[in-house]
Amino acid sequence: MFNKLLSFTGGIYPPENKHLTENKAIELCDVPEIVTIPLKQHIGAPCDALVKKGDKVRLGQKIGQPRGFVSAPVHSSVSGEVKSIEIVDLPNGSKAPAVIIVNDGQDTPDESIKPDNAERLSADALKSIVTEAGIVGMGGAAFPTHVKLSPPDDRKIDILLLNGAECEPFLTSDYRLMIEHPDDILYGLKVIRKILGGVSRIYIGIEDNKPQAIKQMTAAAKNENDIQVVTLRTKYPQGAEKQLIYAITGRQVPSGGLPMDVGAVVQNVGTAAAIAFAVRDGLPLYRKLVTVSGGAVREQKNLMVRIGTSFREVIDFCGGWTEEPAKVINGGPMMGVAQYTLDVPVTKETSGILLFTKEEAAVREVSNCIRCGRCISVCPIHLMPLTISARSLAGNYEEADKLHAMDCVECGSCSYICPASRPLLHSIQMAKKEIMEERKRRAQAK
Amino acid sequence: MNFFTVSASPHIRTRESTSRIMLDVVIALIPAGIASIWFFGVKTLWIILLGTTAAVLTELLIQKLMKKPVTIGDCSAVVTGILLAYNLPPSAPWWLPVIGSIIAVALVKQAFGGLGHNFMNPALAARAILMASWPVRMTYWIKPGPDAVSSSTPLALLKAVDAISNATSGATSGATSGATAASIELPSLWDVLIGNIGGTIGEVSSLALLLGAAYLLIRGVISWRIPLTYIATTFLFTFIANGFELYNAFYELFLGGLLLGAFFMATDYSSSPVTPLGQFIMGAGCGILTAVIRIYGGYPEGVSYSILLMNVATPLIEKYTRPRIFGEVRSHA
Repeated sequence: MFNKLLSFTGGIYPPENKHLTENKAIELCDVPEIVTIPLKQHIGAPCDALVKKGDKVRLGQKIGQPRGFVSAPVHSSVSGEVKSIEIVDLPNGSKAPAVIIVNDGQDTPDESIKPDNAERLSADALKSIVTEAGIVGMGGAAFPTHVKLSPPDDRKIDILLLNGAECEPFLTSDYRLMIEHPDDILYGLKVIRKILGGVSRIYIGIEDNKPQAIKQMTAAAKNENDIQVVTLRTKYPQGAEKQLIYAITGRQVPSGGLPMDVGAVVQNVGTAAAIAFAVRDGLPLYRKLVTVSGGAVREQKNLMVRIGTSFREVIDFCGGWTEEPAKVINGGPMMGVAQYTLDVPVTKETSGILLFTKEEAAVREVSNCIRCGRCISVCPIHLMPLTISARSLAGNYEEADKLHAMDCVECGSCSYICPASRPLLHSIQMAKKEIMEERKRRAQAK
Repeated sequence: MNFFTVSASPHIRTRESTSRIMLDVVIALIPAGIASIWFFGVKTLWIILLGTTAAVLTELLIQKLMKKPVTIGDCSAVVTGILLAYNLPPSAPWWLPVIGSIIAVALVKQAFGGLGHNFMNPALAARAILMASWPVRMTYWIKPGPDAVSSSTPLALLKAVDAISNATSGATSGATSGATAASIELPSLWDVLIGNIGGTIGEVSSLALLLGAAYLLIRGVISWRIPLTYIATTFLFTFIANGFELYNAFYELFLGGLLLGAFFMATDYSSSPVTPLGQFIMGAGCGILTAVIRIYGGYPEGVSYSILLMNVATPLIEKYTRPRIFGEVRSHA
């Protein structure tokens, strides 16, 4: 079935650079001798360790117990012995306690791993499997999936969107997943449908630069009348939740609101596949699909990596580098986080590891804002980045708040397009942080 | 082992740069410059070069004195210098572009913080100061050709036609006044289009200006919002004021500084609104003011003052035209 190209207003067209890895089939990365599994790999509260030094653990065994509803358990990605629990650097720039396990090479599965069948399970049983499997949003934000699948009773969800846009340049792991495992994605999608109940329409949104993925997903969904694959314009940030909902349904998530406020739930294709593995195969989330790319890597690859493998080992598996990288990024080039060391573990949040050459990483000199207005025309939220940034840099966060700084989705389109290379996003993020703290102070004062 | 670069996202940037944008404006201004040399001789080239050199040197000197980073490489001073020269008559003495450029860069641009901080178009503000200081030098028009015969601009001629009609219409019949007014010969539409008329260096050739404007629009350096609204509003008002005379209103579009102003001056980034709605207001405001000055004012030409007035209104316009953000109004619930 032919669909017209769907999109949103604003956005940018950065060089895609997907050719480096789009034809690289998913490989299994070597399992390291030691894994470092952080107890916080999601948005929300960290986990409490369920194991201690010297304990024997098995593959898939739960080693971190969530401390609240907005949290997700953590599982061992190998079998072996706990060496220690220590604070480590995370690739998102923070620090957290992590369980360090010496791999015995046996991959002895935990007894909790039991294959099952989604059709015989109730919605509640399915949801508790998703919760127990530690599944979080695989799009990069790592928001616990079971929270998204538990809308309050007053929110009627009628639309389910599966996000296969993968709009970040360089990244191709979702693309490979859609080509190689369309049936797993569909299985997971059906589980989500069952958990939510009452969903009348389901869309799988894929950008038009991935015709092969569109073909595969359409074929996989051909027997499902309520599932439709829709083609999106290749534009960044097409995969941003609110932009995706708008492009496909025309509904605008209200400022400060959530997708469920417009009756929509968005899940990433990788999340759907993870749900399939959890329900059908009984496997918790202990591995992550990662694109390793950038000009400095010897061999760019799409890899299935055990969580807790260090960036260094993943890069070694790709043959190391052709020239010493000037920048190492966790995630995509638009929203990813630059690393100061390679000794950080792959977590549930890691969607890509990019090694940039000196040329790719060149930092341009910042000059005066010339008020060209390009940042306004590309902002998917229709903010005035130049004005918010100017207020933020002047320390006037109250004005920045009035200009809706808090609505910024941090896609980075403004900074990308700025001819004066101004740190627009960075200064807006700073304003957001200050505004949040001010709000906290006010709440406490009351 | 070297250190990795750690910087905030995004980690990729457009190849577009300030100097590239300014260079595009310079490229877009070249056809009009060539046309001026063709019609008025090589003298105009010297005026353009003097204005440009003075602008760049002024910027360099000020930045050195103020111990600020030297930014003449961004080409913005070159643009100011060219635009200033384009606003001078071909008969201008050598010192006029020099003083003009010094005023534009030192007083209007650098005194307010340099690139992006000037609240008026530097070239136009400097032109206004020159007009007030040397009104005769600034309006000594010559006919195109090698002989430099003194002349009038077509807009001044139109004013004269109006003046005669107004003076005679009360006493004599309409037919007589028409004959008197027609005795002043206006250039043909073709001459007006190619630039074979009296006027400032940069404004005369409408075709050359349109060529440059098309380049700027295609390159995405300017948006169509300000220039098209500006030109359309001017057209509409002259059309109404001329008693719904289509030809005259059309003819007037190519006279004076309208095209130069609409495409190259009113679109100046720092002195025009950044909001889409604000840009329409800017264009419409410039158009109304230009038509009012042309029709009712004492000057034959109103483009530069219209733009300057709207420049001053820009912060206010921006304040009230902030785009409605995504999700600001609840759509579906």
